[in-house]
Amino acid sequence: MPPTLEPKKTLLDSKQIRRLVRRIAGEIVEQAGGTTDLMLVGIRSRGVPFAERLAVEIEAMEGAAVPVGTLDITLYRDDLSTIAPQPVVRETKLGQPIDDRVIVLCDDVLFSGRTIRAALDALIDYGRPRAVRLAVVVDRGHRELPIQADYVGKVVPTASDEHVEVRFDEVDGTTDVRLFTREEEA
Amino acid sequence: MAPAAETRSAAAWTRKDLLGIAELSADEIRTILDTAESFREVAERPIKKVPTLRGKTVVNLFFESSTRTRSSFEIAEKRLSADGLNFSASTSALTKGESLVDTALNLQAMAPDLIVIRHAYPGAPHMLARRLKAGVINAGDGAHEHPTQALLDAFTIRQRKGRIEGLKVSIVGDIEHSRVVRSNIHLLRKLGAEVTVAAPRTLMPVDVESMGVRAVHSIDEAIDGADVIMMLRIQLERQGRMSFPSTREYFNLFGLTTERMARAKEGVIVMHPGPMNRGVEIASDVADGPFSVILEQVTNGVAVRMAVLYLLSGVRSEDGGEG
Amino acid sequence: MSDTNSGAKKSPDFPVGSRPVVVRGGRVVDPSQDLDARVDLLLADGVVAGLGESIDAPDGAQEVDASGLVVCPGLIDPHVHLREPGQEHKETVRTGTMAAAAGGFTAVACMANTSPVNDDAAVTELILSQARRAGFARVYPVGTVSKRMAGEELSEMGEMFAAGAVAFSDDGVVVAHPELMRRALLYAQHYDVPIMQHAEDLRLTGDGVMHEGEHSTKLGLQGIPRSAEDVIVARDLILLEETGGRYHVQHLSTVREVELLRDAKARGLTATCEVSPHHLFLTDKAVADSEFSTDCKMKPPLRAESDRQALLAGLVEGTIDCIASDHAPHHPDEKDVEFSVAPYGILGLETTVSLCLDRLVHAGVLPLARVIHLLSTAPAKILGVPGGTLAEGSPADVTLLDLEAEVTIDKNAFRSKSRNTPFDGWKLKGRAAGTIVGGRQIAL
Repeated sequence: MPPTLEPKKTLLDSKQIRRLVRRIAGEIVEQAGGTTDLMLVGIRSRGVPFAERLAVEIEAMEGAAVPVGTLDITLYRDDLSTIAPQPVVRETKLGQPIDDRVIVLCDDVLFSGRTIRAALDALIDYGRPRAVRLAVVVDRGHRELPIQADYVGKVVPTASDEHVEVRFDEVDGTTDVRLFTREEEA
Repeated sequence: MAPAAETRSAAAWTRKDLLGIAELSADEIRTILDTAESFREVAERPIKKVPTLRGKTVVNLFFESSTRTRSSFEIAEKRLSADGLNFSASTSALTKGESLVDTALNLQAMAPDLIVIRHAYPGAPHMLARRLKAGVINAGDGAHEHPTQALLDAFTIRQRKGRIEGLKVSIVGDIEHSRVVRSNIHLLRKLGAEVTVAAPRTLMPVDVESMGVRAVHSIDEAIDGADVIMMLRIQLERQGRMSFPSTREYFNLFGLTTERMARAKEGVIVMHPGPMNRGVEIASDVADGPFSVILEQVTNGVAVRMAVLYLLSGVRSEDGGEG
Repeated sequence: MSDTNSGAKKSPDFPVGSRPVVVRGGRVVDPSQDLDARVDLLLADGVVAGLGESIDAPDGAQEVDASGLVVCPGLIDPHVHLREPGQEHKETVRTGTMAAAAGGFTAVACMANTSPVNDDAAVTELILSQARRAGFARVYPVGTVSKRMAGEELSEMGEMFAAGAVAFSDDGVVVAHPELMRRALLYAQHYDVPIMQHAEDLRLTGDGVMHEGEHSTKLGLQGIPRSAEDVIVARDLILLEETGGRYHVQHLSTVREVELLRDAKARGLTATCEVSPHHLFLTDKAVADSEFSTDCKMKPPLRAESDRQALLAGLVEGTIDCIASDHAPHHPDEKDVEFSVAPYGILGLETTVSLCLDRLVHAGVLPLARVIHLLSTAPAKILGVPGGTLAEGSPADVTLLDLEAEVTIDKNAFRSKSRNTPFDGWKLKGRAAGTIVGGRQIAL
């Protein structure tokens, strides 16, 4: 997070997040007509705890475990030539073949859409899913590519120089969504 | 999601070139090894390719012939979607007697992004690195260093043993003429291993202990207590300095055989940078036996070289090389 | 043994100053006369005419203001390579003697490994006439020991001596054949000249390119063991004992060489030796620190700190007789190659004086008079040439030194044609401030 930004407000607290996870889990299963061939893939890094929470809810609802994989999209980024040094690459672990599956990509914040574009390119190198859907905690607008989420926790209009951060207590010690703005000029 | 969270690790890679291990910090070494972990998985997919170096030009300058290292780099480049150009000793480009400096200037005119060079003389990669904007990767300069080999060796050890710190590693063979041993000594010591080098007296370089290793003259001493035994290739025809009478005598005195392995520690692994001389430095049954991780080294070589290419391609330089 | 062919060493005619010169107000340091005093120096007709406080300048005399400077006998470098004939892309007699003058030298002895080699009167005379034409410094040619420097037969030393050669050496290469060395030591006695040896057993050198030690091990470069030089010096001294004659070891580099020379002198053998500034002030670590710079590649190689200390001790105790630069120019294109294949040698004429003044005199290792002795009086004696003294009647060859000048070595300002020096950028205190040869002030 850029150091000049200050937290302006908390958009969602942990209870609200728990509710939207439950709702989205329901929507996923409803649209898929069950859990057969379903697979959740969390985009590193905060898409992963999101995917894991969704899997827990789905199992509670349907009584069936849904596989969860993790995807690191660094190697597919479109901005590698402009940033230096190279970003850290973490492991991708899908755990099973993805052919013919219904994949639900899970990410914390949908913004320009470029991360999802990279994730789609990565998935295609692993196989041919039957369908790919997208679940996000927050959609903050400012799309630069024609990408949309199928399941959205909350739509939050933001200014492009603001920043939205999602935290999960499995990883960050606390669960919330916060909006950051530039420091007010004195 | 704005991809800001993890762009900087403890030791982000900032060097334009990879010329040797001697100048690297332990953190820089770990950065390469950690990055290589992620690239290992690319080899296990149906489509063994990522677009990361798409549009980048990598020149492979192999003044000394080498099938193994060169093809390993070539595969790494292809898997990263880079465009690789090969110049080898047998092609006329490198045999016309052009000086290395002129070769460098001509290359510069083609604006490559990275250059992988193997050369018979120590310091040749450094000469290129000083003059060229492109990043230079040393794929072996004479008997000086072979950094990617040491990195893939360390990667293999880490994979098999979980760590490098505190391990006892013995390197056996023609220590005097080996670039692999020099790079490995630097790397293993920086990561906290204890290194023993073993060679007949005529193949042991002067003052080798000054590199922080124990020097012994028998293979049995090298095997005792070792967690890792690294065998080096013996090329007696290269010596030309009356160092050893015959390969037969070498095998009898210093060859790694199953009988000798009987004194090895539980869990020991046997490594070899390749290509092997079966029946000279290592017996066939040991090379193919349960302790051997030789083929894993080859697999890991591609992942490590992908990591190196990836990290170096992220370093911009305005002028040629270090100031 | 005194069946010499001609008693006096032929002094090549060299341009002589037409007007008398008074060198005024300097501190005259002449180790040959134990002199260190603020006196004026009068030069006339190409020789030293007198020393005294406040000399009256004769009519038409030139005044040289030496206030703040040291005035000493012209410095003589007994080991340089001028590369002419045949290698003029590296250096010529003209550019080399200009470099000598810039470096404070009034005379140099040049080696014979030119193309063709100097193994006859013709090449000897060519070198001398080029030196005269250029007029920057005296040149004393050193001829080969063996015909064509092939190491098999004696060269025509008599012819070369008559033409002006002052000593014989196959430097560049060793006189390997022990019988040839024995014969050379005997034969040279007819002319009372020294045989100078580049001591190196090539079979021990092998493919070596730097000192065999911890740095060659770390860098993966083949090493040249100390024994490569030591065995030849030991052998030659044993031969010298049988033959008599004058034997001079060039460019010392090892501990053992110093010991061997010390022992030989103690036993009364007529052996002398020289050391170069780079062996006194650098070690093999420079190859590693400079990342394989070929400006650190020469023969004999830069060796370990223990060798360097032994050389300094040898210099201080007097076992080492003189300092010689072994000025070895190479064209930049020739040196701009991989370390393993670069030619051996570095420049020396334009760095020797500043290095010696800074690292020996200012560092308190040796007094100024002794350093001047090592750079002037001693080489003159070994070569058997006039000079190295400001006694009345001696050649009017004078060097002016500025002990306090702060200099930064700038290889691009060298008068030499070449640039191969490891001392570029070094900050040193002290430099040559001018030379006078045969009573002529040398203008560059």
